[in-house]
Amino acid sequence: MRQIFGRPAGLTDVLQRYCPGCGHGVVHRIIGELLVKLDIRERTVGIAPVGCSVFADEYFNCDMIQPPHGRGPAVSTGIKRTRPDCIVFSYQGDGDLAAIGTAEIVHAAARNENITVIFINNAIFGMTGGQLAPTTLPGMKSTTSVQGRDVKKQGYPIKVCELLACLDGPYYLERTAVNNPKNIIKTEKAIRRAFQNQIDNKGFSLVEILSMCPTNWGMTPVQSTKWIEETMAKYFPLGEYRNRAKEEK
Amino acid sequence: MAQKKLMYGNHAVVEGVLAAGCRFFAGYPITPQNEIPEYMSIRMNEVGGEFIQTESEIAAINMLFGAAAAGKRAMTSSSSPGISLMQEGISYIAGADIPVLVVNVIRGGPGLGNIAPAQSDYYQATRGGGHGDYFTITLAPNSAQELYEFPKLAFELAEKYRNPALILADGLLGQMMEPVEFSEQVVDPSTLPEPPYALSGCRGRERRVVRSYDLKPGKLEELNFKRQAKYQQILKNEQRFEAKLCDDADLVIVAYGTCARVCDAAVRMARGKGLKVGILRPISLWPFPKNGIAELSKRAEDFLVVEMNLGQMIDDVKLATDCKNKIHFHGRPGGAVPSPPEIYEKIESIMGGAR
Repeated sequence: MRQIFGRPAGLTDVLQRYCPGCGHGVVHRIIGELLVKLDIRERTVGIAPVGCSVFADEYFNCDMIQPPHGRGPAVSTGIKRTRPDCIVFSYQGDGDLAAIGTAEIVHAAARNENITVIFINNAIFGMTGGQLAPTTLPGMKSTTSVQGRDVKKQGYPIKVCELLACLDGPYYLERTAVNNPKNIIKTEKAIRRAFQNQIDNKGFSLVEILSMCPTNWGMTPVQSTKWIEETMAKYFPLGEYRNRAKEEK
Repeated sequence: MAQKKLMYGNHAVVEGVLAAGCRFFAGYPITPQNEIPEYMSIRMNEVGGEFIQTESEIAAINMLFGAAAAGKRAMTSSSSPGISLMQEGISYIAGADIPVLVVNVIRGGPGLGNIAPAQSDYYQATRGGGHGDYFTITLAPNSAQELYEFPKLAFELAEKYRNPALILADGLLGQMMEPVEFSEQVVDPSTLPEPPYALSGCRGRERRVVRSYDLKPGKLEELNFKRQAKYQQILKNEQRFEAKLCDDADLVIVAYGTCARVCDAAVRMARGKGLKVGILRPISLWPFPKNGIAELSKRAEDFLVVEMNLGQMIDDVKLATDCKNKIHFHGRPGGAVPSPPEIYEKIESIMGGAR
């Protein structure tokens, strides 16, 4: 029997512990495939965040490091500057990147550090049990905003692509989603571009990916994909926020 | 003949770091160590290394984590408040068993404190500093020459034991100028071997993972026991101190860094008056040179601990002497530096005047 589909060599042969319907697995698979397709697996160093995807250091079949919460872009900088031939990617969630690690991501972008950042935005703290994230939508319930996010007390969500697009530094910023096949294909293209930019020494590339968290949203996986379509992507519009490659043409 | 130059302590440490083959620096400005990043930015450029002025000390220590995990010698410098910000990162680095070098040019504290010399970060440096069961190898230079020499030693110890190393200086050592004799043996970074943990891409080998966590039941306890065994080796092998005039001393002064320089002068005054006073200068603060002090405690009745704080190292002296001797203390907090006559007065008050 001929096998036509299997685990990509960019992922380890380990059972991933993500919840049913979670978006991490989809993004992991995309990265795992690209490490092979772009022939970079053997020169890649990945950075796992703190949060649900802390275990990414077990899942990606390449050299990995697990730094303090939010510091992925700084650790990436240290690796990339001392080993410029390595491909360095920082995989981060919204608590990691947009709350505790805000300073590190802004400054790595401002320096146009030649790294690739994969930013999972699921509007919630997953690992710790569904607390308010910097990306939690106004009115959205979390375990620390049980009546829904009150913007008078808890402020507004941070739109990372828009925020970073204020800077001259970054080379490429795009927001995608993994809630349906069409968006997954777009996400694959965006992540491919984000790695290719680094291979070509172009500089800082970040892909923000709207991703489902059925467990902490209190929805079924199917409801979660619809909620991204109907609600989340309205607040966080999909699309390119910076693409210097197009400007250079 | 080796080159000799008059230079600031803060500049000497830069030359020492480069002579040790380190080609990565990340740091954030803070007084009284600004001459380190300033001079480093020029010198690192000359030798083709990486200098990054970071957005914070937090970013700096994490850039070090990355560079050192990639298998390269990496260092940062800061002063007290900035070192506090780095503690999270140092804890992770210790938990991942990665060698880095951190230089603390201590200033008065707590809080923003002032920018004057102090030794008030002794506890922080010798008790781990951040969260978790860990220690950092801590060296205390007392001259520009040692600021030049200790980076190489610190890197070697850090790499031998796969542990972060600290150099504890203070505002006075950093800012004063002294002659420094350069070593003829400088390390060519290209000759340094790739360490077994280095993240460099997994071509031709198993993938490597650098991390400080383990959630499997019992595993983290096991790792801590393993690390503790390493610390026991360091405690056994790496105690460093300098003892002067201690053989016949009735009173032994224990002081390090700037305080040791001041006490040297006070010891000379005392000896001039016939008082049998010696000085033991801890060079490694962790591991604390308890064996040397324990040996002296067999014959000297009195010990005088002098610190630019209100009593931190005195705990280690009490532990080393098993509290069997009389341990006196003289300390100046808040960025004040004691003078030789001030120490001499204290000696006299303990020993009862000139003989």
